[in-house]
Amino acid sequence: MTDTLAPPSPGVEATLHDPLWRVRLRLMRRSLKLNWKLFSANRIGLIGLTIIAIFAVMAIAHPILMATQWSAQIYHPVTGYDAPVVEKLVVDEVTDPLTQIDVATARIQLNPFIDVGETLSIRSQPAPPTFSGLTPHYLGTDPLGRDILSQLLYSTRAAFFLGVIAAVVTVFIATAVGSASAYFGGWIDTLLMRFADLILLVPLLPVLIVVSALFDISLPLLGLVIGILSGFGGTAIILKSQALQVKVKPFIDAARIAGGGHTHLIFRHIIPNVLPLSFLYMMFTVTEAISLEATLSFLGLLSIPMSWGIMINVASSQGYLLSGTDYWWLLMPAGLAVSMLAASFFLVGRALDEVVNPRLRHR
Amino acid sequence: MTLPLLKVDSLTKLFPVQRGLFRKPVEFVHAVDGISFEIGSGQSLGLVGESGCGKSTTGRMLTRLMDATSGQILLADNGSPVDVAHITRDGMRTFRRRVQMIFQDPYESMNPRRTIFDTVAEPLTVQGVGTVTEREEKVADLLRLVGLSPPETFLFRYPHELSGGQRQRIAIARALVIDPSFVVADEPTSMLDVSIRISIMDLMLKLGDEFDVSYLYITHDLAVARYMCDRIAVMYLGKIVELAESEELLSNPLHPYTKALLSAVPVPDPSFKRAPVEIKGGIGKAINPPPLCRFIERCPWATDVCHHNDHPPLEDKGGGHYVACYLV
Amino acid sequence: MTSNGKPLLEVEGLVMHYQTKRGQVSAIEGVTFTLHHGESLGLVGESGCGKTSVAMSLMGLAADNARYLSGQIRLEGENLLALSEDEMRRRRWKSISMVFQGAMNSWNPVYRVGDQIREAMDLHIHPKLSEAAAKGRMARLFEMVGLNPAMLVRFPHEFSGGMRQRAVIAMALSCDPKLIIADEPTTALDVIVQDQILKELKKIQDQLGMALIYISHDIAVIAEVTDTIGVMYAGKLVEYGSTLEVFHRPRHPYAYLLLSSTPSITGPRRKLAPLEGEPPNLLDPPSGCRFHPRCPFVTDQCRTEDPPFIDIAPGHKVACWNWQQVPVTIGASA
Repeated sequence: MTDTLAPPSPGVEATLHDPLWRVRLRLMRRSLKLNWKLFSANRIGLIGLTIIAIFAVMAIAHPILMATQWSAQIYHPVTGYDAPVVEKLVVDEVTDPLTQIDVATARIQLNPFIDVGETLSIRSQPAPPTFSGLTPHYLGTDPLGRDILSQLLYSTRAAFFLGVIAAVVTVFIATAVGSASAYFGGWIDTLLMRFADLILLVPLLPVLIVVSALFDISLPLLGLVIGILSGFGGTAIILKSQALQVKVKPFIDAARIAGGGHTHLIFRHIIPNVLPLSFLYMMFTVTEAISLEATLSFLGLLSIPMSWGIMINVASSQGYLLSGTDYWWLLMPAGLAVSMLAASFFLVGRALDEVVNPRLRHR
Repeated sequence: MTLPLLKVDSLTKLFPVQRGLFRKPVEFVHAVDGISFEIGSGQSLGLVGESGCGKSTTGRMLTRLMDATSGQILLADNGSPVDVAHITRDGMRTFRRRVQMIFQDPYESMNPRRTIFDTVAEPLTVQGVGTVTEREEKVADLLRLVGLSPPETFLFRYPHELSGGQRQRIAIARALVIDPSFVVADEPTSMLDVSIRISIMDLMLKLGDEFDVSYLYITHDLAVARYMCDRIAVMYLGKIVELAESEELLSNPLHPYTKALLSAVPVPDPSFKRAPVEIKGGIGKAINPPPLCRFIERCPWATDVCHHNDHPPLEDKGGGHYVACYLV
Repeated sequence: MTSNGKPLLEVEGLVMHYQTKRGQVSAIEGVTFTLHHGESLGLVGESGCGKTSVAMSLMGLAADNARYLSGQIRLEGENLLALSEDEMRRRRWKSISMVFQGAMNSWNPVYRVGDQIREAMDLHIHPKLSEAAAKGRMARLFEMVGLNPAMLVRFPHEFSGGMRQRAVIAMALSCDPKLIIADEPTTALDVIVQDQILKELKKIQDQLGMALIYISHDIAVIAEVTDTIGVMYAGKLVEYGSTLEVFHRPRHPYAYLLLSSTPSITGPRRKLAPLEGEPPNLLDPPSGCRFHPRCPFVTDQCRTEDPPFIDIAPGHKVACWNWQQVPVTIGASA
């Protein structure tokens, strides 16, 4: 006699004859839909995601523009050069450096006979934004005559690349370390945790500065280093604590009784329950990586052709760092880009926290 | 006399109390202290006691989730008994096909990220039994047997979509899917609503008969033990103090602790007057206990004999009714 | 404690819903009962039946999203639902106090037990008791619940679970309430400790003459402790009467089946009638009688019309269209 048990609410139904992989695919799709609903209920996450999407568009836009609209001579972010001619008024004291030039500089650099009140045309480097003409520079040019917009778009790719590498390496290492530590305990745990303590002791930025100064650090290598240092450190400890919570649940006992060995328990039970948290912390690692790269590039320690940090570095080394709002296009776009992209991943991480942590959700 | 399916001999589990960085442990909690019992094929034994008596620890040792400190667990294997407390890797594999467990908590005993199919099929998958199709069929069969029909509506759901009662049925299905001979059930109904406990217990009884499975049913509830089991063993502080057929134990308790326990159980009949509960003090912990009777501090009838002898052995006082007491 | 024949507590047509994101959960649907001074009432039901919601409503401690749609709770004539939080706070602990589920965990671990009880008394007893008077009172309370007064200066972790529960009862008594609500006070305790606590409770009730509402899913305990019993199902009170009467002659199918499906150490071993199905989802309860999907005596009327709560004998009320169909003896099949 079968019970009259109320059937559960509609979900994924499958007959016995559907191939398992198709069913699992359907299940994944449904769980993605559910998780998306939870995630999108949070405005913060959506804002973050939108910003990331905008940057993604920027990253894709650059190669397209280089191939179609922009000629490499003028618009290449590293080797392009353009110094538009600008009219400047010769004055005694310069109040607006964009439209005026002082008489002493004018005489020394150009024409010893020039006098106050005259105008001259000189090539301007860096040039303020221009929107018309044959070669418009929507965000101006940098002190070396290169188009800022092109640099900005080009660097987006580098930033994503770095972030992804750092994040993936972190997740991989932290999950492995945390799970192994929690599951095996004993000397493995002691060893890994003491190592993590060591890493935590060491401040990330100074170490990176030293490492970058000593070695030639390229972008992928930087991502790897950040990933390793983050992965073995605090994140591993957090994930270990999560793994420990999973380890004491009865379903682990049940799996053991079913005959499961270490591999089965770790890969099919512990890690799947730890991964959502790993994924969450991955977001924060991207934030960190982007900021770190900007700092290191600003200090001129990385050997990469172009990034937002390098843009600021160029501005600084040419003396424009403290120029206030006069030469805003040299600093603001790059600075904003770093902040916005880093912040957007943080916002996504915060929203993900509510998906991963059911207790944080609103009733 | 047929060989019992399971014979436990002097099973002991000691937990160290202090563990300094390099010091050797000096005190031990005698969680389970030299217990012995038998369960025949197709029979059920109830292990009853209050918290801290060692019943859950016994269950965990029988399923090898925990290693025994000493003693033997003999499982009959085609006529000759195998000591599963000390077996090889290969022996372990066979062991996992013959002994299974049903857990107390229907919410935490299933991985929330795995489908019902994955959960029930786990014993088959991990041990490489059958092809994928065969496994699907077997799981579907079992779901039907536990009353979750049609199985297709349940196969690919997640535990959180089901109620406690349904989840416990799945736990039963998982325990039986690999055709074990012996199942340890650790308080499987204590976290369920009262109105569905009987249907779950009836299910276990019915399937126990059909699959010819023996049960060790661990519970603190004497009424439930009576319902489910042919025989009941009462544990106190790591020792079995009484073991008899259920009806015999309930109508004729011989050990003072059993008497106290029985008289303390409320009965759903307002006109029923319980006998006064005769027991002193509160439950202690068996940390490095003296060799005396474990119950001596609380027994209202302890005599000189009790104070000057070791813990009384569990002896048959007639008709398969075992008691560990000098006063009987 | 004197009474003048007037009831202590009158609950009339209480209707309460929880407002949640997914809709309205119909938690209490028209509960009506009366409690006299010194009487002990048992509220029995499974998870989700509303018994804890009723208790919390009496104490004014229902969740933030609870909405009282109609009905009154009158304590000595005064409607508690109409009171402000401040006014309710003055009555809490002084007129009604509560022993919560898992109360043994409701002690603050960093304060001594005696201090915590003292705090409750200081808040609710006016004028404030002197140091000596308070100490004396607490010592007497501890003795009453079977605890050594020397334990008053100890911290909660030095008490065992059973002792902590007794201390909670002492605290609930500290301000001399007229009514104590005990919500599953012995669920997590071993049966021997439970027996001791139940005995203490009975003794205290006799001594102090306070009324008791005992809430539990364990009908055996209810049978022992209470004079009157109310059986709740899915937010409704389905049967009400003297404990003796309802246990020996349950008239509502749910009460009947509940009693028939409880294992016991006395009586027949296995001739029990299992209850099919599961309690309903209160977001979308069944139409008509809420028990009809599981009821073996169901008729068409049950599916469409909600049965009224009527008197079938003096003091014995049932909400069922077919109560006369229910067998007279427990354990007989439908």
